[in-house]
Amino acid sequence: MGKITNQEVLDKIAAKFGDQVSVIGEPHSLLTVETGREQIIDLLTFLKNDATLQFIFLTDITAIHYPEQEKPIGIIYHLHSLVNNVRIRIKVFVADGDVHMPTATVLWDGANWMERETYDFFGVVFDGHPDLRRILNVDDMTVFPMRKEYPLEDPNRVDKKDYFFGR
Amino acid sequence: MQNPPVFFDNDPQSELSTLNLGPTHPATHGVFQNVLQMDGERIVSGVSTIGYIHRAFEKIAEHRPFYQITPLTDRLNYCSSPINNMGWHMTVEKLAGITTPKRVDYMRVIIMELARIADHIICNGVLGVDTGAFTGFLYMMEYREEIYEIYEEICGSRLTTNIGRIGGFERNFNTIAFNKIRKFVKAFPAVLKEFENLFNRNRIFIDRTKGVAPVTAETALSYSWSGPLLRATGIDYDVRVMEPYSSYEEFDFEIPVGENGDVYSRFLVRNEEMKQSLRIIEQALNKIEKEPADIFHANVPEFYLPPKEEVYNNMEALIYHFKIVMGEVETPVTEVYHAVEGANGELGFYLVNDGGRSPYRLHFRRPSFINYQMYAPMSQGMLLSDAIINMSSLNVIAGELDA
Repeated sequence: MGKITNQEVLDKIAAKFGDQVSVIGEPHSLLTVETGREQIIDLLTFLKNDATLQFIFLTDITAIHYPEQEKPIGIIYHLHSLVNNVRIRIKVFVADGDVHMPTATVLWDGANWMERETYDFFGVVFDGHPDLRRILNVDDMTVFPMRKEYPLEDPNRVDKKDYFFGR
Repeated sequence: MQNPPVFFDNDPQSELSTLNLGPTHPATHGVFQNVLQMDGERIVSGVSTIGYIHRAFEKIAEHRPFYQITPLTDRLNYCSSPINNMGWHMTVEKLAGITTPKRVDYMRVIIMELARIADHIICNGVLGVDTGAFTGFLYMMEYREEIYEIYEEICGSRLTTNIGRIGGFERNFNTIAFNKIRKFVKAFPAVLKEFENLFNRNRIFIDRTKGVAPVTAETALSYSWSGPLLRATGIDYDVRVMEPYSSYEEFDFEIPVGENGDVYSRFLVRNEEMKQSLRIIEQALNKIEKEPADIFHANVPEFYLPPKEEVYNNMEALIYHFKIVMGEVETPVTEVYHAVEGANGELGFYLVNDGGRSPYRLHFRRPSFINYQMYAPMSQGMLLSDAIINMSSLNVIAGELDA
């Protein structure tokens, strides 16, 4: 385990941000918090630059889609403090018609392609991104294919329908 | 580092010209397109294009039971597919709270380290080819072949291996497999030594690689580099040590780090890593002898896919087989991030599970995707010939760009 505990990380965040950051849980001992897009860059900056925490490594940025939620698009950051060997997961949820997020490229150069990928698949617009274009799909594509409204399988296929399994 | 825009007009009055480096150029090792703006031999700026080979693995994974995701993972980094396979199986084990027997852990360690060696053989061998030395590549390729034969003995396939199961292995390593592993561990150090002798003090090789494309530790961190590339800049981040999985904490090995972060450092770091991998395999072979010989999977029938002969002859096995294949196993509603040290860096699996038949969301953190984004910015001001060497030292695998 790392040199500092999740509770210490959480205490530091709570002291600085109060109720602007809420805790979702610690699934498999990975501290998971949720915040709003107004605070996200401040939070990331704090986590990266704080002398004790030092979450200097941006592991990953990705997104998730919960169509039934009021704010369906979640943007998920994984950070890693290489000094303390602690990871943290940060989630920000945004509404479907308003998928703007501030870019994390101001903090990490590596956020560039991760955000392009997230834009490509979920349509999250990262404001201030230097080069927000699609990265894996063709430029003239109009949909964001990882969203749940674009099912993969042939809709005529019935052999895997849930009602055959008593669900 | 910012990318200035590339001019596409090829104005004859301008002294700059546009050059397409790739796709499908032998020196680009895959279908990477880099549109470079050139001033003579020098690169003024560049833009990398990695599409459009999107295979929708993450989308497909949302419609497949856990086992059927394994073949997707080994098509990410196909040079070291067992690491991907086992990383995925370990993610599911973490999700389901499965503990594997020690023997399984050691077997996994052996296979993963062999895969790392196979991957580094290709990378360093091809780096030699790009500097004009074909011999080293040929020496080493024979040993990658031997590693493939070990895979073949264990699981029946060579490139896209599908080694392992959730909870362990499909079958035990047989005597032939162990003999092949021992033979490899015994023979390879001498070859590696010969390979190093060929390159490490070679004037041409050093001139072509030393001081080429140097990256500071700060820049490498800013670009989220991991694996040998990050370690070549002097940062000793290795997932095997930071967050040990598969009993790596029991092994005695070092993390080789470089000094300058240049192509030569990356080459040396990979060579040293191969030696450390051999050390780990030797230890694992010794440890495995002390474990019960017939245990090659955890006792988790609801997750462990039963062998075919049991499915044909045993009703229980048939039922479990059906339930597993149709994704009818119960899994906790939670989310998991599990990382393994892939040959190119931190290979992460982010799995969000809603208790259904397939993951609700699965995201692969592919090290090559993240490592490659620095290629165009770092090529600025470089000679074209250096940019070629730089690309082979990054060891970008096209399958890992995509997900």
